[in-house]
Amino acid sequence: MSNPVHERIQNEIAANNVMLYMKGNAMFPQCGFSARVVQILTHLGVPFQTANVLDDPELREGVKQFSSWPTVPQLYVKGEFVGGCDIITEMFQSGELETLLTEKGVPHQAAA
Amino acid sequence: MSSQLSRSDRIRNMIVRALDPALLDVRDDSSQHAGHAGAAPGGETHYSVLVVSDRFVGQGRVARHRLVNAALEPEFAQGLHALALTLRTPDEQAALRN
Repeated sequence: MSNPVHERIQNEIAANNVMLYMKGNAMFPQCGFSARVVQILTHLGVPFQTANVLDDPELREGVKQFSSWPTVPQLYVKGEFVGGCDIITEMFQSGELETLLTEKGVPHQAAA
Repeated sequence: MSSQLSRSDRIRNMIVRALDPALLDVRDDSSQHAGHAGAAPGGETHYSVLVVSDRFVGQGRVARHRLVNAALEPEFAQGLHALALTLRTPDEQAALRN
């Protein structure tokens, strides 16, 4: 764990219930896939922290290595890798994402 | 000669070899992303792929994606930028049609 980027990620996913690695930020996503995950998290009323991989080439490569996952966005809940845009979308549509948040004790507003 | 194949063809070949799919659809969406970061001038950066394979039986979503991503690792190393994946078992696919 001497890789500083991996340490940074480890700290972020430990410190934030819901941590999203994305392109752009929640206000201005710079990729359609990242925008969709932001939209879903916002819809579920769950507070989340983001990190913009476009601001930091080392983070962009580092998070791919850390998760063994070749694409961004990447979502972590309570330190556990949940998936990218396709998985988050499927889990949202089936209700599993909300179930996961509830099971992990992450406060959120039930989707109306 | 393999460099003569389009990336769609290479993706198709790699998935056939790795996952023996019952159904496979590879769509090149690159033109929809022209001009945005990650889109290369020659295209071949953004794909949507449907795979139906019994290798996914008993595997969770992340595990299924990892199987496909691992099979396509050489393409990610060479500029494949975005891959939208729909991954189903034959039973799941059949259930959709009923």
